[in-house]
Amino acid sequence: MTSAGGGPKPTVHAAREQVGRLLALVPFLHQHGEVRISEAAEALGVDAAQLDKDLRVLFMCGLPGGFPDDLINVDLDALEGEGIIRVDNADYLARPVRFGPSEAAALVVALRAVEQSASSETREVVERTLAKLEAAGAASAAQQIHVAADTSPGAELLPVLQGAIEHGLQLEISYYVPSRDDQSSRVVEPRAITRVGDATYLDAWCHTANGDRAFRLDRIVSATELSEAVSERAAEPRDLSGGWFRGDGETVAVTLRLQPAAQWVPEYYPVNETSPGPDGTLDVVLDVASESWLQQLLFRVAPHASVIAPREFAESFTADARAALRLYQDGGVG
Amino acid sequence: MAEKSERLLNLYIMLLAQTRFVSKQDIRRAHYGEYADNPRGHEAFEKAFERDKDDLRELGVVIEVGSLDNYFDDELGYRISPDTSSLPEIRFGADEAAVLGIAARAWEQATLARATTEAMRKLAAQGVEIDTSRLDLVPPSLRAEEPAFDACWEATQKRRVITFDYRRPGEEAASRRLQPWGVVRSSGRWYVVGFDLDRQAERVFRLSRVQGKVTLTGKSAAYDVPAGTDVQAVAHNLVHRTPDIEATVLVRQRTGVALRRQSSSIEEDVAGPDDASGWDRVTVSGQARDLVGSVLALGPNAVLETPADLRSDVVSRLRGVAS
Repeated sequence: MTSAGGGPKPTVHAAREQVGRLLALVPFLHQHGEVRISEAAEALGVDAAQLDKDLRVLFMCGLPGGFPDDLINVDLDALEGEGIIRVDNADYLARPVRFGPSEAAALVVALRAVEQSASSETREVVERTLAKLEAAGAASAAQQIHVAADTSPGAELLPVLQGAIEHGLQLEISYYVPSRDDQSSRVVEPRAITRVGDATYLDAWCHTANGDRAFRLDRIVSATELSEAVSERAAEPRDLSGGWFRGDGETVAVTLRLQPAAQWVPEYYPVNETSPGPDGTLDVVLDVASESWLQQLLFRVAPHASVIAPREFAESFTADARAALRLYQDGGVG
Repeated sequence: MAEKSERLLNLYIMLLAQTRFVSKQDIRRAHYGEYADNPRGHEAFEKAFERDKDDLRELGVVIEVGSLDNYFDDELGYRISPDTSSLPEIRFGADEAAVLGIAARAWEQATLARATTEAMRKLAAQGVEIDTSRLDLVPPSLRAEEPAFDACWEATQKRRVITFDYRRPGEEAASRRLQPWGVVRSSGRWYVVGFDLDRQAERVFRLSRVQGKVTLTGKSAAYDVPAGTDVQAVAHNLVHRTPDIEATVLVRQRTGVALRRQSSSIEEDVAGPDDASGWDRVTVSGQARDLVGSVLALGPNAVLETPADLRSDVVSRLRGVAS
């Protein structure tokens, strides 16, 4: 619910929003009869004090004519005394207004996003829900906004993972560790799918590691639901508010010098310091937990990044680059 | 705020309660008494009335405009029909209501999060009860961090022309005028699709490259989106103009898992550049830059075979490090 720092604030449409709340409140009361203000506030997702203010606008409204009988009747004694909402003389507002264009679009796009990551059973429910909304005229506004399916690696496994969580069954996953360029198979008891920052994780008890582990979705190569049920170890979701996803190994502070073509690096990886280097370069300091991870990064942006410190990292990277180059030259091309 | 709220609600009730069209004069007399009967007052009234109609439309109200008189069609009137403006009766099962509850938490962008809340409130008003405890599902996260998003979305909804400064990489920022047709998110970025008034052609703009403020100009409903426009298809065609390239890569056995994962075929145990390990030939498709980057990232565990221009690209970049 936050907008980017420094960006313009969304326009406030206080009156429109108030009228929107009232046009939902009256049909709600029509459905439920007289209601406690706290119940109405909860059901409609409105603050009770705000609802009280809204009601004081409502009783100033009604049919044109100016006679007392034309106005909507709000029982202020009941409101102030018992905290009960009683509204009469507003039968023409008995039905909620059709979805506004933004409302329909926002809801339909959100449902489609849920559909993409849902298990096959849940997906069927989402499709039914979407069909009902579209029948109610919500489809056309959604043509102006489109959110492409998440094609990030691992997203295609979400339905399987989500299904196993819903069924309470164990999973066999094939997991890839990039820093070792290694893939291994493990049996896990899935707990939940969790998002931390931009990455999505499968939170699970891992039989191979004999402990709680968080698996990055984009590194799960395959997943199969097993027939064994999860044990009580996977019953309770963990509190993941602490920095649980960080590696616990020791890190080395590495200083890199980035040419302009590689200066996107600090936008993608957490860096401790940045300072301008010579000739338009940028020096950054990163905490590196794995030298092979660093090498991959350096190769990917080659030759636009070099290691300033520590020296042995610089040397091993150059040595590996020479080894790679030899593969091309020995093959007769280069 | 209370006065404006009262006026909006009273206007709605007036137009809803009448079966005939109501003239602008009658509307003005009933709800806009504060505007003086002189040219300035007329202008101020027209502005306020337009804004109020916009607000009602944004709430979902359909305002019908029609002729007041069967014989003379020069005077227009307004009315709201309960049939076209009311939410059709929808009933949801408990499982469907639970899914709606999950979707209601997906938007992490203020304007659309608020729009979802308002939509859910209308469903609650109709008697839909949301209980998400039935479903153990994480809502997907839909975001729009780009500051230009709000204005582009609003302009798309209102069909108003926008102007903004746009900077392509390596170029100076230039001012653009666009009739926006829609917004599209792809690979984590938002784009606005529309008709560029200066180039007189369909264009797609990446919102993160918009510099400064997006300004809405001119009237609402200033243009029509061509019938049958599929904003997703337009964006896709204009953004991905370069077709994917197919490359073959020799990969040392037991390495290159990520590259193998995106491959279309793997030929095992082929002749490689050295005998330190066995080698496989992996065929992958993608954009040139990404392919070169993926092969480079494998260091001495991969050799890009074909196409030749990508191969020499890898070689020259390795030389840049090794020398």
